[in-house]
Amino acid sequence: MSGLRLPLRLIALAFATVVIQQTAISQISIFGVSADLAPLVVMSVGLLAGSLPGAIMGFATGLLVDTVLVQTLGVTSLLYIVIGYWSGRVRELRDPAHGLVPLAVGAAATATAGIGMTLIQFLLGVDAPVSLVLAQQIFVTVLVNTLLALPVYAVVRRVIQPALPEDPRRRRRRAYTTGGLSPLQRPSQRLGPISRSPR
Amino acid sequence: MHDKQVRRRRAVLALLVGVSLILLTAYFGESPSSPLHSVQRGIVEVLSPVQEGASTVLKPVRDIAGWFSDTLNAKTQRDQLRKEVQSLQAQLAQAKTAEIQNVQLAKQVGLDDSIGISAYHAVGAHLIARDPTLWYQTIEIDRGSEDGVHLQDPVVGDGALVGKVSTVDPTVSVVTLITDHSYAVTAQVQDASGDTGLLVPAVGNPNQLLLQSLQPPSPGQPGPQVGQLVVTAGFTSGSLDSLYPPGIPIGTVSNANQNELLNNGQVQVAPTADLRHLDAVQILTRPHAGTARASLP
Repeated sequence: MSGLRLPLRLIALAFATVVIQQTAISQISIFGVSADLAPLVVMSVGLLAGSLPGAIMGFATGLLVDTVLVQTLGVTSLLYIVIGYWSGRVRELRDPAHGLVPLAVGAAATATAGIGMTLIQFLLGVDAPVSLVLAQQIFVTVLVNTLLALPVYAVVRRVIQPALPEDPRRRRRRAYTTGGLSPLQRPSQRLGPISRSPR
Repeated sequence: MHDKQVRRRRAVLALLVGVSLILLTAYFGESPSSPLHSVQRGIVEVLSPVQEGASTVLKPVRDIAGWFSDTLNAKTQRDQLRKEVQSLQAQLAQAKTAEIQNVQLAKQVGLDDSIGISAYHAVGAHLIARDPTLWYQTIEIDRGSEDGVHLQDPVVGDGALVGKVSTVDPTVSVVTLITDHSYAVTAQVQDASGDTGLLVPAVGNPNQLLLQSLQPPSPGQPGPQVGQLVVTAGFTSGSLDSLYPPGIPIGTVSNANQNELLNNGQVQVAPTADLRHLDAVQILTRPHAGTARASLP
């Protein structure tokens, strides 16, 4: 049962994201564009859970978006797989600890979604000139989503963190910062200078 | 152990990408009545009550955000509207005179006004979902074939044409907006010469439409001018009727560059309806079933 906790939470998260996005967020215009929560949620799952859960979450969320909006199936899935997988790889390869990492990865994820959607539509033959407005809209969406990246990341972390398996690397890092003994430090360095009584 | 993990990760990634590509290819090449489309519509049908509930629950959030947005734009809109009111008062006086003359003349020649907007039955609907991207300009509404909605029925909202019904299920429908790249409608500028052309979206710009295929203005005629109203033209040709009744407002001429008009026969039109803030719409259901209606590409 404990093995199903993460998949169940991810399914609920994907479903809630798509419903909230389509019924509320899409209808709120900020500087002429709407925020897009879906790539931010997929990015957050990748950063927190790794590349494989990230890619699967991307596929499922994209498929749900395409289904609910009666769009060409597979287009959004393809883009979100890339976002989920590469967010996960960032975590696995770099193990970023800085608190602002979701901001940068969120911006990159939104840009990937916007530019990727444009490229796929061109490949599918949609007759659309590359207009300045299109570039402007993608840019503003990236800015708006960047502002939302940290709160979205915090919410996703709150939802899935209890279901994530304990990461040994993070456990080790936490131990060092909370007073544990690092193998890279000598005991004398940890304890500070030893005062000697004068002879 | 590590190699096994890497191999498994790559295999799953390849599988997901492969499934996406297969779905994309299959869906793109299939007709709207194919199994994949039917499954998709079935899922939409199942999810629509959830979306409807969520839409109702989240309405206060939308309203608060809309209030802030509206307040920020209010001053600019007020100045624009004052100018418009002045212009419209003058037009109203002329229109009333024309209306009286029209009624008198129509009686004399026995004109049939059955394709007018009053002949359509309007079905009210609430919006339950919308697409956030620039690419698919669609909205989902809570009325379907059980309410008398048919494919291609025109949809109006915010006092103007919004789009047409592109997918119908028993309780929900999908509306393709006038800013979608696949949309086209015959439209007329309400000027002295009644210039008529084909209105298409300026793809990539959700706030702009293009009225194309206009005749160059005759010498001495000014042609379409900025601020003039653009409405659906409506037409009847043999047994074919236009999808849209004549006279539904669509937008106003926002840019009438003379060079553009003479060389390309087009002017820019700004849609009247605020497509980002639609909450409720009306579907104009068929006035006379059985009559074939013309569809533009």
